[in-house]
Amino acid sequence: MSTIELQEGTPGARILGLGAYRPRRRVTNDELAQVMDTNDEWIQSRVGIAERRWASEDETLVEMAVAAGGKALAASGLAPDEVDLVILASASLQAPIPGIGPQVAHRLGIPRPGAFDLNAGCAGFCYALGVANDAIRSGSSRNALVVGVERLTDVTDQTDRGTAVIFADGAGAAVIGASDEPGIGPVAWGSDGDQYSAIEIAAGRSTMTMAGQAVYRWATTKLTATLEEAMAKAGVTAADIDVFAPHQANLRIVESMTKKLGFGPDTAIARDIVQSGNTSAASVPLALTALMESGEAKSGDLALVLGYGAGLTFAGQVIRLP
Amino acid sequence: MPSTADIQAGLAEILEEVAGVTPADATPEKSFTEDLDVDSLSMVEIATAVEDKFGVAIPDDELANIKTVGDAMSYIEKNQ
Ligand SMILES: CC(C)(COP(=O)(O)OP(=O)(O)OC[C@H]1O[C@@H](n2cnc3c(N)ncnc32)[C@H](O)[C@@H]1OP(=O)(O)O)[C@@H](O)C(=O)NCCC(=O)NCCS
Repeated sequence: MSTIELQEGTPGARILGLGAYRPRRRVTNDELAQVMDTNDEWIQSRVGIAERRWASEDETLVEMAVAAGGKALAASGLAPDEVDLVILASASLQAPIPGIGPQVAHRLGIPRPGAFDLNAGCAGFCYALGVANDAIRSGSSRNALVVGVERLTDVTDQTDRGTAVIFADGAGAAVIGASDEPGIGPVAWGSDGDQYSAIEIAAGRSTMTMAGQAVYRWATTKLTATLEEAMAKAGVTAADIDVFAPHQANLRIVESMTKKLGFGPDTAIARDIVQSGNTSAASVPLALTALMESGEAKSGDLALVLGYGAGLTFAGQVIRLP
Repeated sequence: MPSTADIQAGLAEILEEVAGVTPADATPEKSFTEDLDVDSLSMVEIATAVEDKFGVAIPDDELANIKTVGDAMSYIEKNQ
């Protein structure tokens, strides 16, 4: 009887390069207040957003993903043909067929990679990072590109002020390759499918509804354990974390998690929501690149990342910044 | 079973911790939103802190009916 042979994997994988794309158009709270019953004070105090980016017509999901992915590739130093896996995380595709991962790969000159879309809501990027890490470690892939991209304005009801002031657009990407020293820790992931309707585009509808308070309660109570699990699995403690970059859903959730975890005084906390709004699957790489550009985070730093959202889904891991 | 005074004191502690309310201000007739400047998201955090401290469950639909410190105290008393 013949046996099935396995590919040789690698001891670890790490992020080789990050990239981001922020849409050109900035939308301030005052601008929103002109078209809906809201105000800067409410938005800043409840959610922490000062402005967000909205994509224009030409800034499609594919264009933004290509822009962010191209920057991540350039930062990684790899040639496109060295990448053999592309995972595109998004929850705002206007048409589900086909997924856009293959097209984004083609546009970047990545020849015939394994390519697919992954929908885990706002947890999408961290889910994709976990899958890519395992693909490289098991030998299924040599180098992978992971992209989180959203045009949430396409799926937001602009008359629902509970979501219209929060959701925004953008893209972030990471190139991941093999390394002897692990640069991506084990993923702590899971889901609470009993709350499937807390954030949803109901069948036959084109825009999203969100049970804001239920999600707020879930995020501030259930996810500390996930963050602690991610650190425990990687063998580190809160005192070791240089950068904390959770999904940017609400600044008050960021602050609540930060308070509960007890980082050291020098830990950089991602507050990119202030400038970017909630960009779902793009928020973690956008937040990481913002911290690196401002100098608050630097190459070699140990970062704790977490995605969470529709599903409800959640995934977190400890990573070494490139 | 904690006394009514214990419940009031425990609630005052939570209000101070979560929303910076001066403990002496946390009297039964006070409305969370009108008098104590506690917004809807702080109410959610207060609810989860009350759940931990007093071992009661406060689902979202019950939380919506709790308007004053006194409402919270009697909810805790009834559900403990
Ligand atoms: C969405 C969220 C900011 C809404 O806050 P909230 O306090 O639950 O909002 P509510 O709908 O209860 O409204 C509270 C008050 O603000 C008002 N309000 C709601 N939206 C408003 C807006 N955009 N501008 C001004 N006022 C607003 C309401 O009318 C209400 O006023 P009232 O108390 O006088 O009736 C909040 O629930 C949240 O951030 N939840 C978590 C969401 C999340 O993490 N999602 C993850 C997605 S991946």
